[in-house]
Amino acid sequence: MIPAPFAYARPSTIEEALQAIADGGEDVKVLAGGQSLIPVMRLRLAAPETLVDLTRVAELRGVREDGDMLVIGAMTTHADVLTDPLLAQYGQLIVQATETVADRQVRRRGTFGGALAHADPAGDLPAVALALDAEFVLAGPGGRRTVPAAEFFVDYLTTALEEGELLVEIRVPKLGEGWGVRYEKFNRVVQAWSIVAVAAAVRREGGRIAEARIGLTNMGPTPLRASATEAALVGVDVSLETVTAAAAQAAEGTSPSNDLNAQADYRQHLAQVLTRRAVAAAAGL
Amino acid sequence: MTAVEDPTSAVDLPPAKEVGQARRRKEDARLITGKTTWTDNMVLPGMLHLAVLRSPVAHGRITHLDVSAAKERPNVVAVYTGRDLAEEQGSLPCAWPVTPDMVNPGHPSIAVEQINHVGEAVAIVVARSRTAAADALEAIDVDYEPLPVVLDMEQAVQEGSPLVHDSTTSNTSYHFVFDAGEAGTGGDTEQAFADAEVTVSRRFVQQRLIPAFMEPRSVVVQPSGDSYTMWSATQIPHILRVMAAMVTGIPEHKLRVIAPDVGGGFGGKLQVNPEEILCLLIARRLGKPVKWTETRGESLMTAHHGRDQVQFIDVAADRDGTVRGLRVRLLADMGAYLRLITPGVPALGAFMFPGIYKFPAYRFECDGVFTNKVPTDAYRGAGRPEATFAIERIMDELAVELDMDPLELRRKNWINTEEFPFTTVAGLEYDSGDYHQATEQALELLGYDELRAEQKRRRDSNDPVQLGIGFSTFTEMCGLAPSRVLGSLAFGAGGWEQASIRMLPTGKVEVVTGSTPHGQGHETAWSQIVADELGVPFEDVEVLHGDTAISSRGLDTYGSRSLVVGGTAVVKAAEKVVEKARVIAAHLLEANADDLEFTGGKFTVRGTPGAGVGIQEVALAIFAAHDYPEGVEPTIDAEATFDPENFSFPHGTHICAMEIDTETGFAKIRKYACVDDVGTIVNPLIVEGQVHGGLAQGIAQAMYEEAIYDAEGNLTTGSFVDYLVPAASDLPHFDTGNTVHVATSNPLGAKGVGEAGCIASTPAVVNAALDAVRHLGVTDIRMPLTPERVWRAIHAGGDGGDRAAQGSNAYGGARTTESGIQEAAQ
Repeated sequence: MIPAPFAYARPSTIEEALQAIADGGEDVKVLAGGQSLIPVMRLRLAAPETLVDLTRVAELRGVREDGDMLVIGAMTTHADVLTDPLLAQYGQLIVQATETVADRQVRRRGTFGGALAHADPAGDLPAVALALDAEFVLAGPGGRRTVPAAEFFVDYLTTALEEGELLVEIRVPKLGEGWGVRYEKFNRVVQAWSIVAVAAAVRREGGRIAEARIGLTNMGPTPLRASATEAALVGVDVSLETVTAAAAQAAEGTSPSNDLNAQADYRQHLAQVLTRRAVAAAAGL
Repeated sequence: MTAVEDPTSAVDLPPAKEVGQARRRKEDARLITGKTTWTDNMVLPGMLHLAVLRSPVAHGRITHLDVSAAKERPNVVAVYTGRDLAEEQGSLPCAWPVTPDMVNPGHPSIAVEQINHVGEAVAIVVARSRTAAADALEAIDVDYEPLPVVLDMEQAVQEGSPLVHDSTTSNTSYHFVFDAGEAGTGGDTEQAFADAEVTVSRRFVQQRLIPAFMEPRSVVVQPSGDSYTMWSATQIPHILRVMAAMVTGIPEHKLRVIAPDVGGGFGGKLQVNPEEILCLLIARRLGKPVKWTETRGESLMTAHHGRDQVQFIDVAADRDGTVRGLRVRLLADMGAYLRLITPGVPALGAFMFPGIYKFPAYRFECDGVFTNKVPTDAYRGAGRPEATFAIERIMDELAVELDMDPLELRRKNWINTEEFPFTTVAGLEYDSGDYHQATEQALELLGYDELRAEQKRRRDSNDPVQLGIGFSTFTEMCGLAPSRVLGSLAFGAGGWEQASIRMLPTGKVEVVTGSTPHGQGHETAWSQIVADELGVPFEDVEVLHGDTAISSRGLDTYGSRSLVVGGTAVVKAAEKVVEKARVIAAHLLEANADDLEFTGGKFTVRGTPGAGVGIQEVALAIFAAHDYPEGVEPTIDAEATFDPENFSFPHGTHICAMEIDTETGFAKIRKYACVDDVGTIVNPLIVEGQVHGGLAQGIAQAMYEEAIYDAEGNLTTGSFVDYLVPAASDLPHFDTGNTVHVATSNPLGAKGVGEAGCIASTPAVVNAALDAVRHLGVTDIRMPLTPERVWRAIHAGGDGGDRAAQGSNAYGGARTTESGIQEAAQ
């Protein structure tokens, strides 16, 4: 439970951070809140040469509006997310999912951007970002680029971040009038990772579903969209029958793992049940 | 009497009794903040730090071990291997040879040639800092020649199975039998089964559990000349001192053991640990103080585990539900070695399988089996939860077989209150109780009728969420233990407890107890007892414990014995103080000692109003010793040793109402009510806290916790990510109540409460889950009741299956056995 020795840098601007990453040698790790990195370092499953601690980079923290979008700084903590007025108004799906992350103490340190850059498929926020078609703004030595969520999550614990790059902010669409959301999480104890979870956002027009966005947590090496279900929901009457029928397709194209908490077939079954429940709740049923 | 009120009468009234008051615990502020004497908080000048290299293989021989590079690492002082310490390490003790021919292969503190479980110590780095020691571990080079790994108990006992220990002829350590017919406490069991109208047989699995105490184990040893002081996060400083002296050859009087504040144990710190011996050996070699504190990973992997039994149980009954016989056969996983009371845990349970029921015949057999896993040993309840689970589960199964209400079946067979004291078929004499009263009260607390009605509504409407109600009407044996009984069970020590009371000149009181707390609240409870006995303020009492130099005799804390045995010793010591003070007071008051009354801390002369002296004043007078009777010692201090004549038998009725989401398998406790009879309650707040904590652990066995090994013998559940310990947020509100039938074996009338919740709750929870889904064809679900297991049991049949790698835990599937005994014996 004692990490291997490492060099440590604590920059105070994005520019300094990028420099520190460039100067950090072969194996640099960026420390956001430490929610995932510190435990693996203590177990010596990771032994980076240099740790670049972003805690003092003030410009990475906070939530602002940009037209129809919300812009969330990568170092915005989970606790910040839960108390932010803009997210309370337009980002309820993010808020609901964040409420289920870890425990109160960890939510004080863990960050929105850190959780996304870590890209743990059992983490709650990647599936939410994917469902929202979030845009990831990455800063590197050569400037900034924006990557859509569908391209950001590449594989298990792997993202589109290139060596030397830093996730600086995440842009998500405001969900306003007509939208209903639900994060349906399934785990054995409150503080555990999701066995499976479903993030659903549904826009109603009258008695019909106009649009549905569904992200799946822990149903493969990356977060996934329940695309077949989404497609099946568009234009249908809001009813338990239509939602149930559409949710039956939620596990299509998924490849969940087998582990102590669940075998793959059980996860696929859960994905259908939880999708039905999440969509029904989001649609106001 | 005149009508005029005496203005001093209010002052002279004895203070309200302390016993029975819900005092907040005086020790909690320091325990909760951690600003206290945890062993790891200890810093000594020149102290060195130990880190242990642990085997990654479960079974193998060390073919190559090179520590030279580690010795060159910065701040490393020394590196030791098993070979370096082989001559002096001896064998860790096993104090409970349950049968005369029990096989004990010995237990080195550090492996010399052979490795028998993952996590066994292979080398030790001693360095100037904890981090330097941890870093240097990486420089040690080891090769192992793998041996076949033995993990499955049922395979391990077969002819031709690979052996854990080459020196033995089989993996069976012992075969322990209790037969009521042979013991003269019951009839012929085989005959009872042959004559039975109905028999029900089941195979239950007690999964392996990890005590998972909050404070990791920690040891500091300070040498001084030829003497040693050891601080250890242990439940048993007194036993540890004797045992460590015997293992290392350090004379007992040259070894002082201190258990400072200890953060939980649950039996997990009822042990003589390898690292305690290693710290002593290394401190002796180096002549310097050393410290070892485990990481959480080391703790889960190498501190002893609990439970791990396969239980075959058969019950014989008449068609009307009257029970006629009980047969039990256990396979109990010892792990790789026998630690302090490893073999005794299942043997202790032998006496509790009949529970509260009037079985006329009973036979118990148990095989202790070696496997390549960390040893098992005491864990909260130690033998009694296993027994209670099996009997309370099979009573439900019998009820199903007979189409009877499970409570009606229990009522028909339990001991009625007028039958106490009652000698059971296992030979125990139950002291007191009223199972009917506790049950009625618990039903009311639960709101039983309404929940049964709701259950019916959910069944009728085929609701996806089904409701079940499960019972556990349990008893247990506490107050370990009458020394003669322990002797008859071949236990290596007695069961008495000691206390002494020192009256300080200012009238303050020091109580020294041999019962060492590790979170139970002894300081508060003992203060309440002494405040009443001596009539002094609660605040004037200080309780000292856990240091063999202060508390010279003691047998420590386990088996819900502290209040029952240790508390009684305190009462006896206080009585002696009062009697000694009476002689002095009589002298001071110039009265006959027989004419003195002692109430509210004051001696008064019968028939002489106004004349009196307080016991605290007597303390000052005898300290000055200017004026005391001739031929009397100038002290009123006293000590007492109490050896109980019988166990005490707490009992209670626990009822769980469980919701099962049949779509996901998720089990959620809807309501939990329990009424416990723990005899006299000294402090209701402590009693409720103990019940709550016990419930959490018992529910955890039913629903969350399971130590799982993979096919190579690695502990898969090696962190709290995979070994799920529930938090408050995962547990329901508990509706608790009490009935009080005093214990007859001690003057306090206390029965013990430390393990009750843990022992009682597990079968109530599982019975509730089965009651919720039995109509869907489910007859058993393996513990813990993970959502996946519950879902599979509902939708695919069986008991939910094994989470462990094939063949590693010996659990197979729970199943109905035609006759478990015969099947297991084949």
